[in-house]
Amino acid sequence: MTTVRARVGYLLLAALPVAVLGLFFVYPVVGMVARGFWAGGSFDPGPVLATFDRSVVHSALWFTLWSAAAGTAGSVLLGVPVAWALHRLRFPGRDTVRALVMVPFVLPTVVVGVAFRQLLAASGPLGFLHLDGSATAIIAALVFFNVAVVVRTVGAFWAGLDPRQAQAAAALGATPWQVFRTVTLPALVPGIVSAASVVFLFCATAFGVVLVMGGLRYANVETEIYLLTTQELDLAGAAALSVLQVAVITVLLLLSARAHRDAPAAVRSVERMRRPRVGDAAAFAWTALVLAFLMAPVADLVVASLRVGGRWGLGNYRALGSTGERNALLVPAWVGLLNSLEIALGATAIALVLGTLVAYLVSRRPRRVGARRVVGVLDGAFMLPLGVSAVTLGFGFLITLDHPPIDLRTSPALIPIAQAMVALPLVVRTVAPVLRSVDPRQRQAASSLGAGPLRVLLAVDLPHAWRALLAATGFTFAVSLGEFGATSFLARDDNPTLPVVIYRLIGHPGNENFGMAMAASVLLAAATITVMLLVERLRVGSMGAF
Amino acid sequence: MAADAAPVALELHHVTVRFPAPGTEARETVAVDDVSLALPEGQVLAVLGPSGCGKSTLLRVIAGLEEPASGRVCFGGRDLRQLPTHRRGFALMFQDGQLFPHQTVARNVGYPLRLRRRPRAEIEARTIELLELVGLPSYGDRMPGTLSGGERQRVALARALAVDPRLLLLDEPLSALDRGLRERLAGELHGILAAAGTTALLVTHDQEEAFAVADRMAVMRAGRVVQEGEVAAVWQRPADAWTARFLGYASVVTGAAAAALRRAAGPDAAGQSLALRRSALRVDAAGPLGARVLTARVTPEQIRLTLDVDGVGALDAVAEPHEDVPVGSRVRVALDLSRTAPLPSP
Repeated sequence: MTTVRARVGYLLLAALPVAVLGLFFVYPVVGMVARGFWAGGSFDPGPVLATFDRSVVHSALWFTLWSAAAGTAGSVLLGVPVAWALHRLRFPGRDTVRALVMVPFVLPTVVVGVAFRQLLAASGPLGFLHLDGSATAIIAALVFFNVAVVVRTVGAFWAGLDPRQAQAAAALGATPWQVFRTVTLPALVPGIVSAASVVFLFCATAFGVVLVMGGLRYANVETEIYLLTTQELDLAGAAALSVLQVAVITVLLLLSARAHRDAPAAVRSVERMRRPRVGDAAAFAWTALVLAFLMAPVADLVVASLRVGGRWGLGNYRALGSTGERNALLVPAWVGLLNSLEIALGATAIALVLGTLVAYLVSRRPRRVGARRVVGVLDGAFMLPLGVSAVTLGFGFLITLDHPPIDLRTSPALIPIAQAMVALPLVVRTVAPVLRSVDPRQRQAASSLGAGPLRVLLAVDLPHAWRALLAATGFTFAVSLGEFGATSFLARDDNPTLPVVIYRLIGHPGNENFGMAMAASVLLAAATITVMLLVERLRVGSMGAF
Repeated sequence: MAADAAPVALELHHVTVRFPAPGTEARETVAVDDVSLALPEGQVLAVLGPSGCGKSTLLRVIAGLEEPASGRVCFGGRDLRQLPTHRRGFALMFQDGQLFPHQTVARNVGYPLRLRRRPRAEIEARTIELLELVGLPSYGDRMPGTLSGGERQRVALARALAVDPRLLLLDEPLSALDRGLRERLAGELHGILAAAGTTALLVTHDQEEAFAVADRMAVMRAGRVVQEGEVAAVWQRPADAWTARFLGYASVVTGAAAAALRRAAGPDAAGQSLALRRSALRVDAAGPLGARVLTARVTPEQIRLTLDVDGVGALDAVAEPHEDVPVGSRVRVALDLSRTAPLPSP
């Protein structure tokens, strides 16, 4: 970035994603928030401020904080030993286990809610625990989702640590536990902080699981925004909560970015992973336990989908061709599946183009302080959708993009664009570290040999990044298949996505509807799992790591 | 040197290490191939070899970080097979020191002492003593990130020596440093190890590092030890042409050419091959050999030449800086046999 031309080129490249982010993220979110402040046509913060006095809001806020804290603690506790087993040891089946651990993260939130309720219901396999509808159940579901984030983030970090430091300590007489406490753990802290802050973010903005599992007893800020907007039509209250959420999340993202800065740049492991020894039995047992915890709801879901009226059968799957008992749906359930696939394709394409562009832009390391600051701001800005309530985004779309200058009310691009915004940070976080790990001198060598900028990109960056690009594609596709928060506002009943169909089905009484919800959940889960297993074969360390 | 009097500390018996070849789990490469070595107490052994010869793997086996496929590692007569790294009582020092970046220099040096729960006063006193030993007395409060490469290596050495290890393992301890610093530190390292009476095993690809620090030397090539002995003995009698070249001999001459050289040097005329240091051939008006100058390059100490020696071929040689030896001119050359080494015929 030394010449004026290069600088102009950089800004031109940045213009597209920035414009899209402004138009389809900042504008709707700000629009949604502003609606609360300008309720009667003039600026009036009164109703917004009054919201903070309501006891419902207090309890939602309190529940958000403590459930997120508990969910984060649980995820870290469960995830760290697994990160070690999966990223430091080499054993048969390791890649499959890695993929399985990743599955919950991409499972549609609605599916997870349904699976946990099925597992914990009085009639379910774990009914004797009497946890159905409890806060413990919600926290377990939050942990279920986010173990993968801890495993991936801390694991990638761990794999990047120079093992010789631990070896030097061991040679000086430190027992394995002393090595961990005095050398490894201090080095891992930035990775754990980074993972924990992202997990906290995800827990605090969890929507689908809390909506499905919380019932009337538990609501967090996110579901409260949903209830306030859709049921009570209290936009001022919703806006107040959105503003609060954005503020808290910005602080968290700043903390996370700081932890990120301390992270090692390289994501590739230098050391041959070693074979397991007897001393690793505890870590293996722990990993097996965590895996059981992660797979139990999924397995139970499959079993439940195959039971019709106390018998085994495929009736629930056949019923997907119908509109459900007492016409719970306006269209047959399978239409939802087709819609989901189509929308996911569109969302993936958009997120991939924008995300790759952003990843390329933020992976540059300019010399000048000013330019470096620009890169830093870009990096942070495109992480915002990670934490901003998908509900706020969805509702913002609804109220800002329905009239000129931009009227997308009937556009088929509406949902794909919204989902692409949600998935954008995941693409950036997967691709950017790989691009950053390319030694800049390789690019310099290529251009000194006469390669133009495009040629450099093809000859140096692409060979490094194509796996990450492919992985990001699959990852985005899976996330978009299950996206529920924003989509729940935007999908019309005559043209729903599969998660919306599932939510409708469990909202209506009737065994057949419940059975169909199970079958639809299994299909959705199967689709996302297949994609993740394929993606895992690419062995991209940065995928799912934050 | 009283090598024979000292009891043997470290012994390797037929140690072999195999690795899965990169990329495939099925094929295996042999990293260390049937290596046997003995290191007497209080001595420093340098394992010398080019990169990829298996010397670092050998070090890791001794440290207990790698398991041999077969063979035994013994210390003081005891088999170390079941003994994990941290109970071996060794210390390991890496090329880049591997100081713990989150601890001060003093805490790094005191680390092994804290592991052993020594009293605080003792730890402080010993830390000061060690930092003085390595010449960094006022560095206790610095963080590793603020040190230069050489300082970091000294701190790493102090840390490794803190608990008087039974065996000090050094993995290319000076290779990351620039030349001047490396030479100075090598001398200091030798002095520090001798003063502490430490038994040490040093792994390096740099023969000068080995000469400066070690008492004994083992040359490794492709996983095998090709020669082992006292430093001077190895230097004076390389086992073969490859070893001679690796030890810094400029050229190896065989067959009739070697015989011609020997005849020129004197009456001793066996049919052996000959390894020559650059300074073995010297331009000398009274020399017995004739030659033509192929190239000449002036250095501060001498003029470095390549000569086409009559009846022998192209060889390296030197001339005094004041001599006039233009390229293409004819010169007379003398051979100094003390700067050559006889090699067994190939």
